[in-house]
Amino acid sequence: MRANTWAGRNKVEVRDVPDPKLLNRRDAIVRITSTAICGSDLHLVDGYVPTMQDGDVMGHEFMGEVVEVGSDVPGDRLRVGDRVVVPFPIACGACGACAAELYSCCENTNPNAGIAEKMFGHPVAGIFGYSHLTGGFAGGQAQYARVPFADVGPLKIESDLTDEQVLFLSDILPTGYMGAEMCDIQPSDVVAVWGAGPVGQFAMDSARVLGAAEVIAIDKEPYRLEMAERAGHTPVNFDEVDVRSRLLELTGGRGPDKCIDAVGLEATHGSAHIAAFDRVKQAVRSESDRPHALRQAILSCRSGGVVSVIGVYGGLVDKFPAGAWMNRALTLRTGQCHVQRYMEPLLRRIEAGEIDPTRIITHTLPLDEAERGFELFKNKQDNCEKVVLKP
Amino acid sequence: MSLGLGVAQLVAPNAVRRISGVDDSPTSRAVVPLVGARELVHAAGLLTSRRKGAWAWTRVMGDAMDLTALGVAISHRAGQRRRRLLGVTGAIVGITAVDLLTAVQATRSTATSGRGGPMELTATTTVRIPAPEVYTFWRDLQNLPTFMAHLEEVRTTGDRTSHWTAGAPFGQNVEWDAEIVDEAAGERIAWRSTGDADVPNAGTVRFVPAPDGVSTEVHVVLTYDIPGGPVGKAVAKYFGEEPHQQLDDDLRRLKQVLETGEVVRSDGAPWGKRARKEFPQRPAQPLSDDELAKGADA
Ligand SMILES: [Zn+2]
Ligand SMILES: [Zn+2]
Repeated sequence: MRANTWAGRNKVEVRDVPDPKLLNRRDAIVRITSTAICGSDLHLVDGYVPTMQDGDVMGHEFMGEVVEVGSDVPGDRLRVGDRVVVPFPIACGACGACAAELYSCCENTNPNAGIAEKMFGHPVAGIFGYSHLTGGFAGGQAQYARVPFADVGPLKIESDLTDEQVLFLSDILPTGYMGAEMCDIQPSDVVAVWGAGPVGQFAMDSARVLGAAEVIAIDKEPYRLEMAERAGHTPVNFDEVDVRSRLLELTGGRGPDKCIDAVGLEATHGSAHIAAFDRVKQAVRSESDRPHALRQAILSCRSGGVVSVIGVYGGLVDKFPAGAWMNRALTLRTGQCHVQRYMEPLLRRIEAGEIDPTRIITHTLPLDEAERGFELFKNKQDNCEKVVLKP
Repeated sequence: MSLGLGVAQLVAPNAVRRISGVDDSPTSRAVVPLVGARELVHAAGLLTSRRKGAWAWTRVMGDAMDLTALGVAISHRAGQRRRRLLGVTGAIVGITAVDLLTAVQATRSTATSGRGGPMELTATTTVRIPAPEVYTFWRDLQNLPTFMAHLEEVRTTGDRTSHWTAGAPFGQNVEWDAEIVDEAAGERIAWRSTGDADVPNAGTVRFVPAPDGVSTEVHVVLTYDIPGGPVGKAVAKYFGEEPHQQLDDDLRRLKQVLETGEVVRSDGAPWGKRARKEFPQRPAQPLSDDELAKGADA
């Protein structure tokens, strides 16, 4: 089959690789009809996330048709011919984390748990196409994929919704939604979202759906801010204005009630001297992430507010504003999305027309043009927001 | 942390050179990315190797190289650049101290576990299954090789006696007889090798109900009396590097088998418990029919 593979730092390549086979009895094989390029794929391609190998099949957002099921997948759960969206965290459904619906922390699905444990203290779930640190599972930017624990994760789509309407249930829509849900939104809340990429856009839409009075989008790309504005959110361009002053102005001096960091480790904004400081810290090995957005969110949030972190962090950060966090009674919440928990409720919201996931798609390419898709997305060329690939 | 510096030096060598005050020299243009690559090698080594002592020492050597290079640079610079260089040098002196301490500790722990004599390993995990069921699974000793990497086979020869075979890492297949010396149904099993075992060993496993009322805490203690001679050397070598990691991985697989029905496989690690090491793995792409047929030993 054809598959998009990691071919060294800053290089992906569509190659011929063997077709996937069942390895465990609860596996299924899915013929992929639509897949997407995610912001976190860029961290893998850049080499920010360690343990990638030449030939690793990329991609963790995909959907398609079941073509084979293992002997231990119950027929009432999944059959050949079913149309499914596959969640990016692989979860067993039986461990303590799964029982608590913390699917992205599943204790059983990472065969490299020993290494993940050294990085994070405790291991995290396996993830499709997301380095050997998260298990070494082949991804879904391919014609076919092996899906472990097929009786737990995949969501059956039985209505006639298009791929484009349901594909993002695999990752970015639940991720954005979880970012808003963790904010415990009240009707009077002003919610500020750092990052107007795909996850940020869905965090904004979700905050609105959950009843926020106003949603503010913070980014520097005019086309991303315009996209947010068209959806009814208030744009703030950090290249043009001082973010904290603008947020105070928009909130009568209080600061946003709830703040969502949808940026993560590769943030490029923040004040010049803090950026320089971060680079020095990275240079002397005491910091592996650059938490500009996180710092700014904590410093901007109103006292007693919530800072919700869905941007991806990989390692250690320094100059964390613990004083602001503690003295101003802030709540910090975070997590890789527990996708399995949100797929069904969000499918219902899509069916009811409350959320339109298709609004962020700017490019649809054949799988063989994955390399160009990565270029467009990474360099924000041609106003690229989200790329869907068709195998 | 090697990763952070390595990535920075490779991705943004110019920024690193500017910040550290060596941006005016053509030599630094070549040296900074090289030093960055070296940091990545260290990070990979420390993350993936079971021989942390050696890798930690290579870091200390790297630090010494950095300090020498910075010393040379400082003696050739003045003003702002010199101040920046001095700042970076101060930080690296601190890091060198930490690396040195790590290396000494890593070497020390390798040395003690590499000798012969008794060695005790402990590990624990929580399985979301009631204690009597976990006990029943373990009490059928023939189940142990499904999750313990070094066991080839355990054959029960009587109610309390059994014959154990361990695989290649011990050198030639090592076999011994064992007997259960103490047990309390649903709570505890203790066993020890009998006769003249090459590697006299004993173990205890306790099954303790967890506070959640559903799960079971599994506590394992293993002791090996490592002899001299070639077998002893092979055993010491096998266990000497990361013995606790081996047992932790075994218990992780026990949890997988009990909670999900089998050992979880990925495309990068398709061989379940037969995989000797987590790294290096094969790429995370599907196996060909050939590779699948040949199996882990290919
Ligand atoms: Zn993603
Ligand atoms: Zn689980």
